[in-house]
Amino acid sequence: MGSCRVYAAVAAGGFRRYATYRSATAAGVFTNTVFGFIVAYTYLALWDERPGLGGYDQAQALTYVWIGQALAQALSMFNAGFAVDMVARIRNGDIAVDLYRPVDLQLWYLAGDLGRAAFQLFSRGLVPLTVGALAFPLALPGDPVVWLEFLGAVVLAVVVSFAIRYVLALSAFWLLDGSGVLQFGGLVGMFFTGLLLPLNAMPGALGDIARVLPWASLLQMPADILLGARSGAAEVLMAYAFQAGWAVVLLAAGRLLQSSATRKVVLQGG
Amino acid sequence: MWIRSTLVYRTSFAAAVLTNFLVTALDFVVIWMMFSQATSLGGYSFAETAFLYGTASVSFGITALLLGSVDDLGLRVRDGSLDAFLVRPAPVLVQVAADRFGLRRLGRFLQGALVLGWSLTRLDLDWTLVKLLLLPVMLLSGAAIFGAVYVAGAAFQFWAQDAAEAQSAFTFGGLTLLQYPPTVFARDFVIGVTFVVPLAFVNWLPALYVLGRPYPIGLPWWLAFTPPLVAAGSCVLAGLAWRAGVRSYRSTGS
Repeated sequence: MGSCRVYAAVAAGGFRRYATYRSATAAGVFTNTVFGFIVAYTYLALWDERPGLGGYDQAQALTYVWIGQALAQALSMFNAGFAVDMVARIRNGDIAVDLYRPVDLQLWYLAGDLGRAAFQLFSRGLVPLTVGALAFPLALPGDPVVWLEFLGAVVLAVVVSFAIRYVLALSAFWLLDGSGVLQFGGLVGMFFTGLLLPLNAMPGALGDIARVLPWASLLQMPADILLGARSGAAEVLMAYAFQAGWAVVLLAAGRLLQSSATRKVVLQGG
Repeated sequence: MWIRSTLVYRTSFAAAVLTNFLVTALDFVVIWMMFSQATSLGGYSFAETAFLYGTASVSFGITALLLGSVDDLGLRVRDGSLDAFLVRPAPVLVQVAADRFGLRRLGRFLQGALVLGWSLTRLDLDWTLVKLLLLPVMLLSGAAIFGAVYVAGAAFQFWAQDAAEAQSAFTFGGLTLLQYPPTVFARDFVIGVTFVVPLAFVNWLPALYVLGRPYPIGLPWWLAFTPPLVAAGSCVLAGLAWRAGVRSYRSTGS
């Protein structure tokens, strides 16, 4: 019970930490909105040529763009967030202090990341989506149940995103400098998340592969639920199961790596 | 010094250039995937779009190489490290640009040049001497216009210190915009990037002349030759903004 309170406090700290930077948040909202417009027009041109591409009509494709811009920060699609801190702490040896704390390292970072995501979902998510809805005919659902199902998928998406970055950050125990891995992970993730082009619209085998990788949990699943491409209890549960499955696998992999790292690797600067 | 220190670690440098190359190639992969699903976008073929992509990316690549570090200005204002630059006998802007000079950014330039070269082999154009000469003029003027946007954005950071991200809307956003045909975008949008922020002069106007295409908002054809003038004007305005920024700068005092 007491440890729950610790993690809640860490999550609240993560929320407040990001809430401090008001002009940075405003700048980010502006940038996501501008990019939303640019990408929306390119999608309009593409769906003009290929109506119904990937099973989306034009309104759904446009909605996908704005959901992507709304979720980009909450799901850390451009920056590795906590992982940058963590890699630095592994490099300079401070991680040893973290490991001695009477809290679980993975849960500690997860709590902080959930707090950050909660702030960025509302601060940086709502404005671009609203502007997009005013400027383009979007296919947003009126049913509050669908929005709740969408939020559920977003929470799972944040956990999967966290789990991926946690595994990447742990590589620093072996490589000493994890920034290259984070960069490469960001590159792969950006592509396979479907922020640039929906995974449904990716051609051939590339699309088939992209749709089963963990990054499909990030944007494609929540977007499909909101767009009604996955509707009804059974299909929504399938989407949740896909996300939860990857979350469990990746969190477990993180635990395994962490324990072998702390057993075998000599900490620097200690 | 930054170049020499980077080149000491050859493998690391090669990896950084390669990563930069791949990151920037992602935009092109998206365009390629779009064309794998459709034969044209906004009435433009793949080769024509690749030409727009290549010209915009090469110009931006030059700018990012020379001025990419200017993005960090807000950080320098916040942590006070800008103070050291102010007392040295060299222009502050040059120092900010040269410090942490990222030679790895060569990746974007190379990738853009590759796409541009490929598009030139695929395009069926009536080359004239004028068009041939316009090509390098367009690339260099484009780099200067992007440079002005970079410097103006950095100047803005003197006032809004942690708003570096707003700059990306104009730099990276502008780049993405110019990589697609202008016919893709709404009329008001095209007007905005022609007359308000003159990004259209980076490549759209001269490139459409080379491709033999009309500009979607009906402008006189000779505007294709004005990018050097627009570049000069933008640089003057950006320089004034920068000076105003430096004048208003107050150290953090810590």
